Amino acid sequence: MTDLATRATRVVATTEGRRRRHNGGGPRAGTIAAFVTPFFLPFVLFYLVPIGYALWQSLLVVRRTGGQYGTSYTTFGGFEQYTQVFQNTEFWGSIGRIGLFGVVQVPVMLFVALVMALLLDTPLLKLKSFFRIAAFMPYAVPGVIAAIMWSYLYSPQLSPVVDALKGLGLQPDFLGPGAVLWSAANVSTWLWTGYNMLIMFSALQSIPQELYEAAKLDGASNWAIAWRIKVPIIAPSVVLTTVFSIIGTLQLYAEPAVLRQISSNISSTFTPNMLAYTVASGNNYQQAAAISVVIAVITFVLSFGFMRLTSKKAGL
Amino acid sequence: MSDRTTSTRTPVRENRISRTAAMALMLLLAVYFLLPVYFLVVAATKPQGDLASTNGLAFSHFDLFGNLDTLFTRSDGIFGRWALNSVLYAVLGAAVGTLISALCGYALAKFRFRGREFLFSVILGGILVPTTALALPLFLLFSATGLVNTYLAVFLPSIVSPFGVYLARIFAASAVPQEILESARLDGAGEFRTFFSVAFKLMTPSLVTIFLFQFVAIWNNFFLPMVMLQKESLFPITLGLYQWNGQTARAPLLQESVITGSLVSILPVIVVFILLQRFWRTGLAAGSLR
Repeated sequence: MTDLATRATRVVATTEGRRRRHNGGGPRAGTIAAFVTPFFLPFVLFYLVPIGYALWQSLLVVRRTGGQYGTSYTTFGGFEQYTQVFQNTEFWGSIGRIGLFGVVQVPVMLFVALVMALLLDTPLLKLKSFFRIAAFMPYAVPGVIAAIMWSYLYSPQLSPVVDALKGLGLQPDFLGPGAVLWSAANVSTWLWTGYNMLIMFSALQSIPQELYEAAKLDGASNWAIAWRIKVPIIAPSVVLTTVFSIIGTLQLYAEPAVLRQISSNISSTFTPNMLAYTVASGNNYQQAAAISVVIAVITFVLSFGFMRLTSKKAGL
Repeated sequence: MSDRTTSTRTPVRENRISRTAAMALMLLLAVYFLLPVYFLVVAATKPQGDLASTNGLAFSHFDLFGNLDTLFTRSDGIFGRWALNSVLYAVLGAAVGTLISALCGYALAKFRFRGREFLFSVILGGILVPTTALALPLFLLFSATGLVNTYLAVFLPSIVSPFGVYLARIFAASAVPQEILESARLDGAGEFRTFFSVAFKLMTPSLVTIFLFQFVAIWNNFFLPMVMLQKESLFPITLGLYQWNGQTARAPLLQESVITGSLVSILPVIVVFILLQRFWRTGLAAGSLR
């Protein structure tokens, strides 16, 4: 690459005389459009238009003329759909579950990921690449398959884990009404810990070693270096993984949907996304659109809010 | 703490203790991550009857090939069809997606034009949009245009990856020196020729990274195909196995096929994963830069 670069500079030098510039040296607008459009057109069609369409749908209502059996027609209803969403106890139930899930699962997962990343960055461990691969491997497993695998480990008939715990005199019920949310949370943790760990680990690897030298000379322990120097430096990565985790939590669908196939303690409205799908399956698209919009807005507010909060704290 | 560490003897002991503790913790976590896959491997080798009657973590009667045969012949070989569909959606979608992300990211990194930063922030905003929130409105739009229940219904939305553009922009900025572009332009090469003959080669390692991320995202996708597809012959593996899993209560013999099918669907990806490790790290490192 250096070879190419030197050749290039030579070419630039020799052709300095016949340099021709059109509008500031860059390519023409048409050329730029040809580069950008192949991505941007599908982006508009399959990202922006659906968002706009959902917003529009959510403002419509279906009314009937002449009672239950009259003809139905769609009309502008203002915020009527949103009022219904906010009065829906199932909606609040799903938000409550997902909130509880997020408040516990996200910090636990990220804390484990951070500890793993820090340990992999110390000379304390052997078998480092094995640990890295073992933790990252679940990222290759689709959420549905992960939930199917774990559901066999939760199942009272097939699970060796349940057998082992029974051998210890315990009566575990991973699919019971209180436990099933945490069983779903465990699947998410299993899937995403390694991914988050690698993001943090990559950030740690890019810190120059000299930064620790002074601290080491002062006799600081590995522990102190890790928590007082490393963690503050990689804080942006931790923020990034938190934001991705918040987005992921609010979208939760596959894991509880699979567990629902073997547990009666997961309703069809267990998470906001399941609620939206269930409502849409009942052909109430306008209501489903309103739910989708509310989920997207909550996602945006939480992830931007979290970024703002942390960047203010860090004084950036 | 600092009092303890300043003495000369304790760090050595502290080191040995923390070494052991660190190894123990990591081994425990490794068991956690590997246990479900190990269970799946063991279960996939057992005949259906042994699933409930034998210890889930110990091999019993080895019947993997019988299970594979059952899996691939069940319902006229529909599982093979699902596997092929997954490969089609993921390979083609990621290939097209990587190309258009590369073009756009390259333009954002290397060309100066009005509205460039605005365009980039809109695309960045796209990373934060929950894709499942898009699936339902897309379904309505696609049913109006007759696209629902076709390959395109899953393929088209899959090619769009704002994260891919973000990565491509970072990679193009660092991998393609401005002077090379200048010299190619002076030699009279058009922008597209320059891109495909010069920039593309320089960006290849990063394009592999983008491809891998998008491949996994499409391979793992479940919500979009579930919303879009009713025809079983168009299902990807995830949706197919989900449907079978839902039928095991009525048809318990399906259980063994769900298990074997799960194993078949994750092993190739895990192998590719381990082989192409370094590309993942580049992508994740770039993702952590802001």
